[in-house]
Amino acid sequence: MLLIRKFEEACAKGYSTGKIGGFLHLYIGQEAVGVGSIAALQEQDYIVSTYRDHGHAIARGLDLKAMMAELYGKRTGTSKGNGGSMHFFDKEKHFMGGHGIVGGHISLAAGIAFSSKYKKEDSVTMCFFGEGAANIGSFHEGLNLAAIWKLPVVFICENNHYAMGTPEYKALSVKDVSIRAVAYNIARDRIEGDEVRKVRDHIKVAVDRARRGEGPTLVEVSTYRFRGHSMSDPAKYRTKEELETHKKRDPLFKAFGDLIDAKVPKEDLSKFEEEINLKIEDAVQFAEESEEPPLSWMYNHVLAEDK
Amino acid sequence: MGNVTYREALNRAMVEEMQKDPLIFLMGEEVGHYQGAYKVSQGMLDKFGEARVIDTPISENGFAGIGVGSAMTGLRPIIEFMTWNFSLVAIDQIINSAAKMLYMSGGQFPMPIVFRGAGGAGGRLAAQHSQAFESWYAHIPGLKVIAPATPKDACGLLKSSILDNNPTIFIESEVLYGMKGEIPDEEFYIPLGKADIKREGSDISIITWSRALGFSMEAAEDLAKEGINVEVLDLRSLRPLDIDAIVQTVRKTNRAVIVEEGWPMAGFGAHVAYVIQKEAFDYLDHPVERVTQRDVPMSYAANLERESLPNATRIKEKIRSMLE
Repeated sequence: MLLIRKFEEACAKGYSTGKIGGFLHLYIGQEAVGVGSIAALQEQDYIVSTYRDHGHAIARGLDLKAMMAELYGKRTGTSKGNGGSMHFFDKEKHFMGGHGIVGGHISLAAGIAFSSKYKKEDSVTMCFFGEGAANIGSFHEGLNLAAIWKLPVVFICENNHYAMGTPEYKALSVKDVSIRAVAYNIARDRIEGDEVRKVRDHIKVAVDRARRGEGPTLVEVSTYRFRGHSMSDPAKYRTKEELETHKKRDPLFKAFGDLIDAKVPKEDLSKFEEEINLKIEDAVQFAEESEEPPLSWMYNHVLAEDK
Repeated sequence: MGNVTYREALNRAMVEEMQKDPLIFLMGEEVGHYQGAYKVSQGMLDKFGEARVIDTPISENGFAGIGVGSAMTGLRPIIEFMTWNFSLVAIDQIINSAAKMLYMSGGQFPMPIVFRGAGGAGGRLAAQHSQAFESWYAHIPGLKVIAPATPKDACGLLKSSILDNNPTIFIESEVLYGMKGEIPDEEFYIPLGKADIKREGSDISIITWSRALGFSMEAAEDLAKEGINVEVLDLRSLRPLDIDAIVQTVRKTNRAVIVEEGWPMAGFGAHVAYVIQKEAFDYLDHPVERVTQRDVPMSYAANLERESLPNATRIKEKIRSMLE
């Protein structure tokens, strides 16, 4: 979680100096959801993420250097510089993207789960999205198809209460997203997302259910992003007081407090933090020093036969 | 050589490939128990079972997405749209997911998927069910776009599309499903991206594809009686496009008319005209002309539909005017 936080802070810095371009959607504040959820997965499982994908990718163990290089648009990036912030992919780690169209990836995740079932593989697919995506057709079609075919997929709605600048009360006819599971006759769960182990334990139930062949679950995890929707968003649609209230429930404080309670020596924690700082520094340096993709790569990978 | 219908030829292509590779499956509305809305998948449920011939609810966006996700993990889906009109609710999955996946993942995820179904006008189906969308999909890098006009081409091109590792838009013609034609008894493939001269001629070239080939051939036969010798080039594949074949026929006849079922504005024929003036400008004895569907939504009225579509009469008039 700390690694994600510091990575995202380094991203914000890279963006403000013009090294990182495009849209940059930071995960700061939501770390416990991704980390807890992905901790419930096994190696053979799949993850499908949104345009806010850095946290999920780090939790899955993608290479930090390659991720930072991708953000810098370098040839050494996870997608060779073709994807950027919203399109992290790692076939080996079963990290199936970074998708930029809200909700479009939900039926795609159902398709990956369909594939596991078709091939009789013991894999579960985990799909992240925000509460904004719960209002688009692809969400409903994806959930219905996953339900009728009992696909091994866990749908995780990270409800950060704002779809860009639109608050949930203006957009959701029923504020409880998880209740939509009832309409598709699938299992549901609804939790607060500020405690990483609690998230893991709840998600594990859903993952196990999927793995047993008992079909999908829709889990709504309440969370809060401390930054704007993207770097260009000053988040004027919410009050300072609201933000400060949520910051007091920072999932990192809770995790830190738990470690202290567990009598982990403070010097170990400092050492851990120092290691993380070094990793981030290395990643930034790697990205800085990597080359841009050569212009001759422009037409690579448009079609499978283009190398 | 067997004499089979266009729909039987498509069925044979899918059956032959599915028998060889268990990773190929067919998914769409009414493809299984109903035996296909246009009976293209007749008998396939019995042959392959419900695990591989999969009926879906009416959720084009959803099952197109299922197809894309499954192709990311090594399956080879054939996704049937009952008609291409319904693909519009799935176009996000085709363009934003399927066509982009390989590129935006830096080459990690090829997309061996075929989207196929009926395109163009049927017969008096009116505005929402009578549309030729080849131009829309041909606009998109990352896709292949195929539009066969004969049973033999339908079979050979669909087999190649299924084996291809790219998202392939395979647009069949609704009115051609019952059309009969000779196809080889032995297994055969037709490569994607190769046009085919359907009629040799020396005075003028018609460049066409899909259903408009029929109108073009009819016009060519009629004009032969007037001593006008028309060459007819069937593109078959719009993306990749066989530019060499286009240039060769224009160099031979020095005149070209493009005949297409789609609308004129920003239509695929406009691109072909561009290619001709770019690559064969010095060989042209007349500006390139087009015969297209009229620039209106399709009417239900029989006479208006007939007059709206390209037809042999309009093609003949156009060609005579070009040879004056």
